[in-house]
Amino acid sequence: MSNLEKYTNAFVTCFEVDEETAKRLKYQDISAWDSVGHMGLIAALEEAFDIMMETDDIIDLSSFEKGKEILSKYGIEF
Amino acid sequence: MTKFAELLELDPYCLDKTQKSKLLTEELKNLTEFHQQHCQAYDNMLKGLNYKRENVYSYEDLPFLPVSLFKSLTLKSISDAEVFKTMTSSGTTGQAVSKIFLDKETAAKQQKTLVKIVSAFTGASRLPMLIIDSPSVVKNRLMFSARGAGILGFSIFGADRTYALNDEMEIDFDAIEAFLARHQGQKILLFGFTFMIWQHFYKELLKSDRKIDLSQGILIHGGGWKKLISEAVSPAEFQKRLTDVCGLSDIHDYYGMVEQTGCIYMQCEHGHLHASNFSDIIIRNPKDFSVASFGEKGIVQVVSLLPESYPGHSLLTEDEGVVLGEDDCPCGRKGKYFKILGRLKNAEIRGCSDTYAAKF
Repeated sequence: MSNLEKYTNAFVTCFEVDEETAKRLKYQDISAWDSVGHMGLIAALEEAFDIMMETDDIIDLSSFEKGKEILSKYGIEF
Repeated sequence: MTKFAELLELDPYCLDKTQKSKLLTEELKNLTEFHQQHCQAYDNMLKGLNYKRENVYSYEDLPFLPVSLFKSLTLKSISDAEVFKTMTSSGTTGQAVSKIFLDKETAAKQQKTLVKIVSAFTGASRLPMLIIDSPSVVKNRLMFSARGAGILGFSIFGADRTYALNDEMEIDFDAIEAFLARHQGQKILLFGFTFMIWQHFYKELLKSDRKIDLSQGILIHGGGWKKLISEAVSPAEFQKRLTDVCGLSDIHDYYGMVEQTGCIYMQCEHGHLHASNFSDIIIRNPKDFSVASFGEKGIVQVVSLLPESYPGHSLLTEDEGVVLGEDDCPCGRKGKYFKILGRLKNAEIRGCSDTYAAKF
């Protein structure tokens, strides 16, 4: 699985949305991505890529797109 | 750069009395004016008090609202469309709950401030986290209480978050043992509410044959002492008993409330609660609301730089406390340090752990 697939998959699984919806998502767009859902997403991403994110990055991850930018800091290329 | 962004770059306990007083006076005056312009009810109250900005020489001169007002009134300085999250206080059945309206910006400030303050105690890296509560507290999102919000707010500091209690509030020994095995020799973070820890963790651990070793742990707990005081358990006793039963010795209580989420007051290694750069406490004489001297007990007023979406930057709580000193705690942190003595007589029961404890 490519990194993008793994990344998208985390959103699809956590929020039960299709891939197209996932790619457009921003924090709080859907009820599943609230503060509880957010911590679930972080856990899923950390597991998928075997990383540990910094607290500031967890706060800043406010959209699908922004998340890719943040993960690149951890050496994950898309 | 905004004042808030500047503060985020600093150590949260670096400002001394003179620096902090200047900062708070200026910023809180601005916040007062902002809320006057954006919240009609607040403006009416200040007019009733004959508030004039030019009469304010220090942030101690600013008006303060009783915290209970957020139960009876809808107080916000944003439009309905901007409301991002509504927080409610913990309250026992039949009690009215506070409603605090947050927009995205204020919510983000709260989270960032919490990270800044707690990291000063736990370190910058996230630690494996054991939550001394049941997973059901955050499961039901419609019933999202201050207790759930507290757990969630602190979750950001943790990795491999594991709940120490099951849905029946019983100790989940298997989960804890597996968690400890995964993180052998590592520092771990424990979080919970004071009464839950006492009732469902400490007491049950004492009874059980199974032992767990948490000597590598740092515990952060809050939510009220009322029930424990009635069981004659002092903070020192609480700490000692936990050390005896599971080796846990790095323990920090915190004081905070949903009306000023984020800028919590953490207890240092000398047992004192500390005000950070982001907020302060003032003790008021209950007879005339004048500012009490250090060492004199009175009603706790809290001020905070964070509340922008609601006029909650200066509040009179229903707690009794005493300031012990300023800038000279042996731990080295600047700012006021203090002790909370309990709730005022006839005040409602509040606090995440106290409202829960009312059932026992």
